[in-house]
Amino acid sequence: MLHEDIKGYIHSTDSFGAVDGPGIRFVVFLQGCPLRCLYCHNPDSWKFGEGTQRTAGDLMEEILGYRSFLKRGGVTLSGGEPFAQMDFTKALLSLCRKNGFHTAVDTSGAVALSLSREGIDLTDLLLLDLKAYDPEECRKLTGQDNHHALETLDYCEKTKKPVWLRHVCLPGYTLYDEKLTRMAEFLKHYSCIERIELIPFHQMGSYKWDYLGESYQLAETEPPSAQEMERAKQIFLSRGLPAV
Amino acid sequence: MKFKEGVWNDEINTRDFIVKNYTPYDGDESFLAGPTERTRKLWGEVCGLMQKERENNGVLDISTDTISTISAHDAGYIDKDLETIVGLQTDAPLKRAVMPFGGYRMVKNSLEAYGFEEDAKVKEIFKYRKTHNDGVFDAYTDEMKLARHTGIITGLPDAYGRGRIIGDYRRVPLYGVDYLIEQKKTAKKELILDIMDSPTIRLREEISEQIRALEELKAMAAKYGYDISRPAEDTKEAIQWLYFAYLGAVKEQNGAAMSLGRTSTFLDIYAERDLKEGRYTEEQIQEFVDHFIMKLRMVRFLRTPAYDELFSGDPTWVTESIGGMCIDGRHMVTKMSYRYLHTLTNLGPAPEPNMTILWNTRLPEHFKQYCARVSIETSAVQYESDNIMLERFGDDYGIACCVSPMRIGKQMQFFGARCNLAKALLYAINGGKDERYGTQVGPYIAPLKSDYLDYAEVVGRFDYICEWLSKLYINTLNIIHYMHDKYCYEKLQMALHDEKVYRTSAGGIAGLSVVVDSLSAIKYAKVKAIRNEEGLITDFEIEGDYPKFGNNDPRVDQIAVDVVQGFMKKLSRHTTYRDSVPTMSILTITSNVVYGKKTGNTPDGRQAGEPFAPGANPMHGRDTHGCVASLKSVAKLPFEYAQDGISNTFSIVPGALGKTQDEQRDNLVSLMDGYFEDDGFHLNVNVLKREVLLDAMDHPELYPQLTIRVSGYAVNFIKLTREQQLDVISRTFHEKF
Repeated sequence: MLHEDIKGYIHSTDSFGAVDGPGIRFVVFLQGCPLRCLYCHNPDSWKFGEGTQRTAGDLMEEILGYRSFLKRGGVTLSGGEPFAQMDFTKALLSLCRKNGFHTAVDTSGAVALSLSREGIDLTDLLLLDLKAYDPEECRKLTGQDNHHALETLDYCEKTKKPVWLRHVCLPGYTLYDEKLTRMAEFLKHYSCIERIELIPFHQMGSYKWDYLGESYQLAETEPPSAQEMERAKQIFLSRGLPAV
Repeated sequence: MKFKEGVWNDEINTRDFIVKNYTPYDGDESFLAGPTERTRKLWGEVCGLMQKERENNGVLDISTDTISTISAHDAGYIDKDLETIVGLQTDAPLKRAVMPFGGYRMVKNSLEAYGFEEDAKVKEIFKYRKTHNDGVFDAYTDEMKLARHTGIITGLPDAYGRGRIIGDYRRVPLYGVDYLIEQKKTAKKELILDIMDSPTIRLREEISEQIRALEELKAMAAKYGYDISRPAEDTKEAIQWLYFAYLGAVKEQNGAAMSLGRTSTFLDIYAERDLKEGRYTEEQIQEFVDHFIMKLRMVRFLRTPAYDELFSGDPTWVTESIGGMCIDGRHMVTKMSYRYLHTLTNLGPAPEPNMTILWNTRLPEHFKQYCARVSIETSAVQYESDNIMLERFGDDYGIACCVSPMRIGKQMQFFGARCNLAKALLYAINGGKDERYGTQVGPYIAPLKSDYLDYAEVVGRFDYICEWLSKLYINTLNIIHYMHDKYCYEKLQMALHDEKVYRTSAGGIAGLSVVVDSLSAIKYAKVKAIRNEEGLITDFEIEGDYPKFGNNDPRVDQIAVDVVQGFMKKLSRHTTYRDSVPTMSILTITSNVVYGKKTGNTPDGRQAGEPFAPGANPMHGRDTHGCVASLKSVAKLPFEYAQDGISNTFSIVPGALGKTQDEQRDNLVSLMDGYFEDDGFHLNVNVLKREVLLDAMDHPELYPQLTIRVSGYAVNFIKLTREQQLDVISRTFHEKF
């Protein structure tokens, strides 16, 4: 089948992303995710087989219309989990590459490397979400341990694929000096990591949980303060890691 | 060192002087100087006065007993020892002048509203002296008055100065006033044609007035101890001479918008020479600029609270156009372009002067980045497409008011405010009857019979109503501008124009996105008409969804293009005053709130009284595909059919622009490069946190300088009415983490 004709389930698109990779990005949110993160702000993108079916060619046409804005940016595939719809993700990445767009895939690291490898090879940048360094903690947060994510990171190191590593700072769970220090100590050996984005937990997605009738455990959790975030950042910076 | 010579030595030609002598600057902002001690002190005093002005209901003082003319008032100072650039509209800072030639009623009502007494002598004079306002109402037809009353045509400059005329204020420093007078005298001598018909007689009289104005200008400068009959010799004089020229204009005219033009690159020529010759240091030059800009921030007009409700925040539209490209391929960014923008840092943000960047994708990268940085820090800058205007207006045009381009010294416009097209659509649906008053205002059409609105039927009727409206509108403008020329002629501003001037009749439309979404709803969803007891359709029920303007969806964006083209084509079919060429803007300034108030429920689901989106913006909250999609929709509106400008306001929280400050800056540059490359015309950029605005509503005293951009100009947020503040906050804030 031609790349253009391959269909995927799309949750939504956003013509302006400035925090999902370098520059201005056209962001495609794919529908369906294997994880169930406690702090997910897009729980409406969990279920597979929902959303709008679109072909990679049709999306590419739309993206081409935004070319003038994307010169110093590009296209980001996010979700949901892009690597959970591999055929479509590969098709769209190939088309973007053909049209000269910089690409990034925002992955939860929940997909086995054997399945995601070709997608990683096709993208220019991987936005890899490391939910927790400790496997058990990861399971508690997401329903799955982190061995796929770590495997993915090793593969990127081996193939010199640029990675922006993301980590959500969740008070009461991940936002502890000790945990962050262990993670930083581990990550400092990876030269493929171009940037570490520490993302403060926020409550802006909570209404979606109610709306979907899912039970939300973090209703009482306060977002971290600016000082707490700065402190977390310093833990990484002091180890020579490019945290922002 | 002599300036490079050219045609400008033999005739008045400011552009030739600039192009032959300016030095493009490619570097970054590191050369800029901070405020001097003197500047800090002086600005501190001005801030104190502005604080008092706010506490005093927005008006500090009024010079009630003097009819303002170019030279009527004595010299005035803020603090004479500190000021390097001098001159005030009256004899004291922030004291407003009485300018009754546009309309005495406006003066009288303003005085009453602010608790001042009418001066007996002035009152007596205006028993005998007719004004522009008197003249207009002598000639208005009943139909015009009715259209004005219901608000289908609104914001008309029929009670005060029309403004939107830019004198070429640079001519005064370049040539000195004596040379300008000499040239005008020659022009008058040569103006003896075959037949002494009214156009020729009018022009002869006007040139005589212009000569008188130039004489007065010299007299005004003399009161401050300056002889401006000769050309300026250095930077300080050039700025001072130029400011006197502008000051003369704002002493003479209470114009709706009194824009400055395109002065920075002109002045840079003097500054470059002085720097080279060691006459002044960078610090001194920045000080002159800071003091000059301070003066521009202090321009005030006496207007009624009703005016303020429409165009809030005491705007004067001292628009200054900066940057752009030269026809020879060089960019026109100079160090002075940076110095002007730097006043927003040295003195803090302010709405005036209305700093307008003529953005061209070919401008130097450093300058683009600097502009973006200043935007992020101050939200006080707007951007307009030099890519579009260079082609049509050359390289010496400037923006009047918000978005109206004109060749400086060669072109002027007859300002026409705007028609409320959303109301026109309701007239189409209700057979010419006003939806709020129930009276027949437009031509009678048999009422719609069906329960559901039919697209073809509504479009046909809308076309018919627009036909009527465009004719009535142009005729109304013809009366207004005939009378303005007769009773309130801008003699100084026109003295700084060529004799042969290209004139436009600048019409405008409001409510574009309401009309477009309404038509889209009728076309793509089902819209049921709900009638009141009299059979008037006063509400609508929408069944199903429809594509909305602002999502880069061709189905609805094409309707927007059709509406714009359709109305412009209609405007251009009518005969105009003084053979002016009709043009159109898509601009509302802050009046989108008031227009919304005067318009009933609309078929797009907008409730009666709810504000329109400003300018050409999509309706609040309906652009759901990200801001680039929203920008793309607006960029499709054809400038060819809206040559008086298309306004778009963009508000974003800093975090949504990028993670780090450098990324935010670079992403804003990319956003503007993309927008202007795709034929976007104008962009107001606000980078603000919603919480800051909310806090400023409750604690205005903490935010005296908080500036935001609204549809083509900037205002002090705390000077907006509460309703307008809420409107700004509810408007699409592109917010995402």
